[in-house]
Amino acid sequence: MSATANLATYNFAYLDEQTKRMIRRAILKAIAVPGYQVPFASREMPMPYGWGTGGVQVTAAVIGPDDVLKVIDQGADDTTNAVSIRAFFQKVARVAVTTRTAEATIIQTRHRIPEAPLAAGQVLVYQVPIPEPLRFLEPRETETRKMHALEEYGLMHVKLYEDIARHGHIATTYAYPVKVEGRYVMDPSPTPKFDNPKMHMSPALQLFGAGREKRIYAVPPFTRVESLDFEDHPFEIQRFDAPCALCGSTGVYLDEVILDDRGGRMFVCSDTDHCESRRAAEPAAQTPAETLR
Amino acid sequence: MSEVTDEEPLLRVHGLSKFYGNRVGCQDVSFELWPGEVLAVVGESGSGKTTLLNGLSARLMPTSGSVSYRMRDGAWREVYRMSEAERRLLMRTDWGFVHQNPADGLRMTVSAGANVGERLMAVGERHYGNIRATATDWLGRVEIAADRLDDAPRAFSGGMRQRLQIARNLVTAPRFMFMDEPTGGLDVSVQARLLDLLRGLVREMGLAAIVVTHDLAVARLLSDRMVVMKDGRMVETGLTDRVLDDPHAPYTQLLVSSILQV
Repeated sequence: MSATANLATYNFAYLDEQTKRMIRRAILKAIAVPGYQVPFASREMPMPYGWGTGGVQVTAAVIGPDDVLKVIDQGADDTTNAVSIRAFFQKVARVAVTTRTAEATIIQTRHRIPEAPLAAGQVLVYQVPIPEPLRFLEPRETETRKMHALEEYGLMHVKLYEDIARHGHIATTYAYPVKVEGRYVMDPSPTPKFDNPKMHMSPALQLFGAGREKRIYAVPPFTRVESLDFEDHPFEIQRFDAPCALCGSTGVYLDEVILDDRGGRMFVCSDTDHCESRRAAEPAAQTPAETLR
Repeated sequence: MSEVTDEEPLLRVHGLSKFYGNRVGCQDVSFELWPGEVLAVVGESGSGKTTLLNGLSARLMPTSGSVSYRMRDGAWREVYRMSEAERRLLMRTDWGFVHQNPADGLRMTVSAGANVGERLMAVGERHYGNIRATATDWLGRVEIAADRLDDAPRAFSGGMRQRLQIARNLVTAPRFMFMDEPTGGLDVSVQARLLDLLRGLVREMGLAAIVVTHDLAVARLLSDRMVVMKDGRMVETGLTDRVLDDPHAPYTQLLVSSILQV
């Protein structure tokens, strides 16, 4: 028997229908209470915890045969995690896949939001390692739940205060805490804080799945997402001195790529799709990397 | 004693009892505390002092009895009938709690400044400069050098930690403080300075306080009035000087005569 025939014993999108219903209920509750962490009965997935089991379960629960899936890992479509998860859904759900942000209906992401603006009808699924923004400040789950319930978020500012006291500025650069719709403080998963403003009033639905921690939370379309800060130390995103070395983009998030062991390096777009589409649009543009040779 | 213009008490305790199964934690405790008054609760270990303190400070649900507190707006509220959100707000704004072990009342991993600033941030202060200025001011008032502002309390001595804990509690200008053996575990010279500081702050801010201690000298120095506990019951209450100089109950007489004379 071929590998595909064996898969006939699997349900569509790997999870059984009961599990999907359970996850959908959690998602609906999460959408109804933006930023609130809804517990769910996370399943064993054919991948280790920490590799996106939460995101995969959320995707499996919302995906349909007509969906077009894009998976990114640190912004890239071609890294191990992204390739494996994309192949997984190609196999178990036989859905169309793409690397184009605009063509996708579901984008599963690990730690980036695509540079191209998302549109209404798209779903962004985040893989979340630690959903509790207060975890490293208050280790007791009973206490952090109470703090969310009573909206006691002074402690979150204690952390930002410590940052300023130690470094002179807010040194948190990723997993930067946000307040959703003026109520719940939420960890936007370890995306760089560069992406925080993109979450604000986004027309796309944003779903967060944490498999090991068994939590799902959501930001519905057009929801206020504000990064926490101090009046005299306002929230700021990272800025880069040079444009992308490949496509020349400015105002995008860049990755540092080490070229050799003599200190050679270049900064390129972390969002590979964005970079490739820009280069495809201007094929004549000489890239600095090519000029080096 | 500073002038007390208020016509009503701040705290009313009526018939407070707490049982641990069949064992008595404290039984039938009733008293009133007036604004600006310092009440000492003394007694030997196991006499129910800590149970009473926890019962009063909304940390331990009593088996029976009531604790009522007069809020800033003058309304009487029963502490155990409030919603948890209100109670916790009260505990971090109008109340303070000084633990015997400073590690229980401080965040040991964040700087002294953040420790003092936490309550301010919890009630909505969002200006870093103001928080820092207030924290610096408070460190000065509890005699901690300003250059220790960014040090973690782990790097502090026992006496400094205790003073930091006091500053952390007083920063929201509470009207009422609980203190559980505030000088316990400190050597005598440090104790003396801490007591001096506490006395100054209590008088200056018009604080009401309940101080639990087994040290009668601490009670004599700090308190206006005194409650003597034995086996979970109040055996004697009265002005501190009266109780210590002319004890009525046999147990109090024993307690007073047990003080070592140096």
